[in-house]
Amino acid sequence: MKNRVLDQMIRSIAIVKKDVMIYYSKGPVVLMGVLWPAIMFISFAFGRGMAIENLMPGLIGVSVFFTCSAIAPVAFPWETAQRTLERLVSAPVAIWTILFGDMLASALVGIIISIVPILIAIGFGVTFTSPLVLACAIIVGSICFATMSLLLSVAPVSGPQYTQMLSTLIKFPLMFISGVFIPLSNLPAAARAISFISPLTYFTDIARYATGHGSYMPLYVDFLAIIAFTFVFWVVAVKLHNRTLPLRV
Amino acid sequence: MVNGSTGNGLAIDVRGLTKKYGQLVAVDGISFEVNKGEFFGFLGPNGAGKTTTIRMLTGIISKSGGEARVMGYPAGSIDSKQISGVVPEQSNVYMDLTAWRNLMLTAELYRIPSSEAKMRAENLLKQLGLYERKDSPAKEYSMGMRKRLLLAVALISDPQIVFLDEPTSGLDVQSARFIRGLLRDFRQGGKTFFLTTHNMSEAAEMCNRVAIINRGKLVALDTPENLRITAGKVSLIDISFDMSVSDEALKAIPGVIRVESSQAIDTAERMKATAAMGGMGPGKMGPGMRGPGMAGRQGMGMPQAEPTEAGEKKPPSNRFRLHTEDTGEVITSLVDFSRANSLKMNILNVNPPSLEDAFVMLTGEAKREK
Repeated sequence: MKNRVLDQMIRSIAIVKKDVMIYYSKGPVVLMGVLWPAIMFISFAFGRGMAIENLMPGLIGVSVFFTCSAIAPVAFPWETAQRTLERLVSAPVAIWTILFGDMLASALVGIIISIVPILIAIGFGVTFTSPLVLACAIIVGSICFATMSLLLSVAPVSGPQYTQMLSTLIKFPLMFISGVFIPLSNLPAAARAISFISPLTYFTDIARYATGHGSYMPLYVDFLAIIAFTFVFWVVAVKLHNRTLPLRV
Repeated sequence: MVNGSTGNGLAIDVRGLTKKYGQLVAVDGISFEVNKGEFFGFLGPNGAGKTTTIRMLTGIISKSGGEARVMGYPAGSIDSKQISGVVPEQSNVYMDLTAWRNLMLTAELYRIPSSEAKMRAENLLKQLGLYERKDSPAKEYSMGMRKRLLLAVALISDPQIVFLDEPTSGLDVQSARFIRGLLRDFRQGGKTFFLTTHNMSEAAEMCNRVAIINRGKLVALDTPENLRITAGKVSLIDISFDMSVSDEALKAIPGVIRVESSQAIDTAERMKATAAMGGMGPGKMGPGMRGPGMAGRQGMGMPQAEPTEAGEKKPPSNRFRLHTEDTGEVITSLVDFSRANSLKMNILNVNPPSLEDAFVMLTGEAKREK
């Protein structure tokens, strides 16, 4: 059993390579990954005059969150329409293997793109007091957001526009309730309570700690919360995709 | 490669396989066996359940009932997929990837060691005439090239069994021949092939045995030769005269069971002939015949149409297919008929029943029974 799981995980690397070649290495996707944090930075730092050291934890969070959840909701319906999903299903890989590969690819790209806001932060003199903590947060956060994006692609539709719409409807409200640009301690109690339902809240809290501002919650709570979210997202995503994937092919 | 076979020599073992979509029964409890090394044809009209069956056997869709095993493994399991290659009817390679990358991706999904995969990919691409274009994205390939690439992708894992869903559909004659030639070559390697096709001559040429499915049920399973015999003792005589003749005149010949006329071709040819003759021509008239001369009397340069049973006008023809159980007797009668009516026979071919005739008879009978 253990060997079988390991065997499937190795096969999922093929899915990662495929996703990177087909989706993530495309010019517009790379450009978007770089431009998105830059635009967010300009609009908040210069447009709204926000203090850069307050802005950066949220900017890193938003960049990782949006990058990790950008492609997976589009990839499934796209591959359904192109019939390539059928090719994957007829190969000796389990449904969870396909999902695992897609998740890994999204997380990997999220980790790479996180370099952009970090470089912007360093360029504007922000000091990272706990870079290792930030690195760990980026890794577990990327995996969490990538796993969440699998849920956004569950609907068995063959047009990417449907999942994109659903994805936007969920991602933007999540960003606004997560205390991304306002520290949790400054949020009204009701807003703070709502913010706890978003994994982005915990990630931003860790990023704020890593820039020397101190976290609202103990670090281990933040990390455990992200890991718990990841676990729930994964179990639900596998269960739902097992149900909906046969409807796609 | 170790397999899960119980040693019974079966590549595919299907028992009561069923697929339902709501109230619709797409595949209705079919059972058949395919021997290892066999080239097995799975025929049926559109919507008969061929592709549904192949999709269940390859694990793309789940079954609603029954049992299916591939090389001893449950169909659709990871083990059965590992030893299978699939060529779908519609291309499903990654269009943005090159042929080489498509093959490497598939090899990685099957966990073929990299060096082995590269060697196989190179050999396959050379064999399939794609090596020169190995670095071109699949989207730049013609349909024939994509079909060949699909075949390469299916064979990169050196599968024990290959499922082919209409591998030559939509291809020009040369490309279809090329694919069939390749399949014959690959067959020498002892692989089992499971082929669905509409093309009866392809099935007759390639398959050791064929199963015919109609409306989700198997209506026949035998060798192409035996199915031809099953089609009956009826032979077909294709005959063409230099003038139009009525169906009734031919039906009156002793031994003729049925007469089919090639109306459309005939009409086109008469139009050309009439135009060449300026709408007039000498007519040789005989019983039951309508010639240009008669048409000339009508001032149309066309033979007269005859009323059919339904009361519609049915134009006479000069080409026919006669169905008979007594070929010799009918040929003699046709010669006499031609002499008596001063007709010249341009073509006279005797055809034994084909697999297509067997197919039409079997699927037609099933339709009538329904």
